Amino acid sequence: MGLETIVTSLPRLLDGLRVTIGLTVFAVCLGTILGLLLALGRSYGKRALSLFINLYEKIFRGIPLLVIIFIIYFGPSQIGFNLDPFSAAILSLGLRSAAYQAQIFRGSIESIPEGQISASYSLGMTKIKAIRYVILPQVLRLSIPGWSNEFTILLKDTSIAISIGVIELMRQGRYIYVREPDLALAIFLLIAFIYFLLVITTNKSLSYLEKKYRMAGYQTEAHR
Amino acid sequence: MHMLEVKNIHKSYCKVEILKGVSFTMEKGETKVIIGPSGTGKSTLLRCINQLSPPDKGEVWLDGEEVTNPKTNINKIREKIGFVFQDFNLFNHLSALRNISIGLEKVKGIEKEEARKRALEELHRVGLDAQAQQYPAQLSGGQKQRVGIARALAMDPDIILFDEPTSALDPELIGDVLDVMKSLAGKVAMLVVTHEMGFARNVADEIIFMEGGVIVEQGPPKEMFTNAKLARTREFLGRIGALYGEEETGG
Ligand SMILES: Nc1ncnc2c1ncn2[C@@H]1O[C@H](COP(=O)(O)OP(=O)(O)O)[C@@H](O)[C@H]1O
Ligand SMILES: [Mg+2]
Repeated sequence: MGLETIVTSLPRLLDGLRVTIGLTVFAVCLGTILGLLLALGRSYGKRALSLFINLYEKIFRGIPLLVIIFIIYFGPSQIGFNLDPFSAAILSLGLRSAAYQAQIFRGSIESIPEGQISASYSLGMTKIKAIRYVILPQVLRLSIPGWSNEFTILLKDTSIAISIGVIELMRQGRYIYVREPDLALAIFLLIAFIYFLLVITTNKSLSYLEKKYRMAGYQTEAHR
Repeated sequence: MHMLEVKNIHKSYCKVEILKGVSFTMEKGETKVIIGPSGTGKSTLLRCINQLSPPDKGEVWLDGEEVTNPKTNINKIREKIGFVFQDFNLFNHLSALRNISIGLEKVKGIEKEEARKRALEELHRVGLDAQAQQYPAQLSGGQKQRVGIARALAMDPDIILFDEPTSALDPELIGDVLDVMKSLAGKVAMLVVTHEMGFARNVADEIIFMEGGVIVEQGPPKEMFTNAKLARTREFLGRIGALYGEEETGG
């Protein structure tokens, strides 16, 4: 019976969930580290660097994720360099997320009053120290709401990795309903529910983080 | 050799010359007050001295080192020049204590526990023992400015530059800040831009009157208040005295 199939297929879905979480974690790390560097480079770097970063952001925000994934997965193989689907998916999701996260971080950087830098310099801090100890800690705190928004978008977008054969949550679901087409809707709903739970729990933990690190008396923008 | 020597400073913003050749000197432990109408370039002058806005022309010397020389390590020099800002510029994400200790730790390389101890001493000096763990947004303006002063003092500077330290404060909070500044007189050199004539009269060794990007007249407070040479100085002192509620300003 259907219910039985669903129950016996749960381990499959959990396998898929593991891969989805893996994709999310790696891609978010890549996106955040690169996004921060891009934001700092754009705000504090030389003009040429700033222009280059601007171009990077425009390109990655201007192309559909599916196209990015195809280019990054199939492109290198044409010149004899094979990327496995999992890595290609992480790279695509991470590079695109970096472009969006750079915008989030830059918004925070620009909202920090000029006086914070002047005060750092007046104590004898170098530019690097001022960024490290004064600007960055404030930027990270201010960015949490926008960042958690981007995090959930990325989490959901990992499902596009199905298109290059990554065996993540959606693909595992597919294995099940291809054999029992009657169950397709039930499986979709189950998968939807799993994503939903994942998003809800991460949002909850992130808003906890936001409260914990909120600068006393310093209002951060509300969740978008 | 003077402790601080400012020689013929010129500074323009967008082709408009703001400072048109400013020169003066200061000695160890001396207090000088700069007065002058708004837009005259007082803040610009202070920012030229510690190179937050490097001058276009002219020299600044501190303890025999040329601050304006590009080869000078400006970060080392800035440790010796405290700066107190009109709008405080405390680090928003740090407690009062950390605002003070961060420079000791990250600039002077003092070990964390020792930096903390020194920061507590500075807080005590400005009367804010109880506020150590509070964040800037939880402090009153007067308390913020006293933390600002403590932050500058902690670096053990030769001179502290004050840019209208009480202008952003409610009148009833100004006294506490001025008291702290008075208590520093003679211990560290202070160059203070202010409209507080009481402070200028009682604490300053010299008053510098600036207008239109130049020093118009300078002298000891007594002389400036009772018998300034120029009519323009007398007029300004009279007006500012009336505005800022100091009893008779003479002239
Ligand atoms: N960063 C800047 N860019 C352009 N103009 C500036 C800048 N800083 C100051 N100015 C101009 O220089 C003049 C003097 O300013 P300021 O030094 O702040 O005067 P004061 O402190 O005596 O009121 C003003 O006209 C101001 O608009
Ligand atoms: Mg000013």
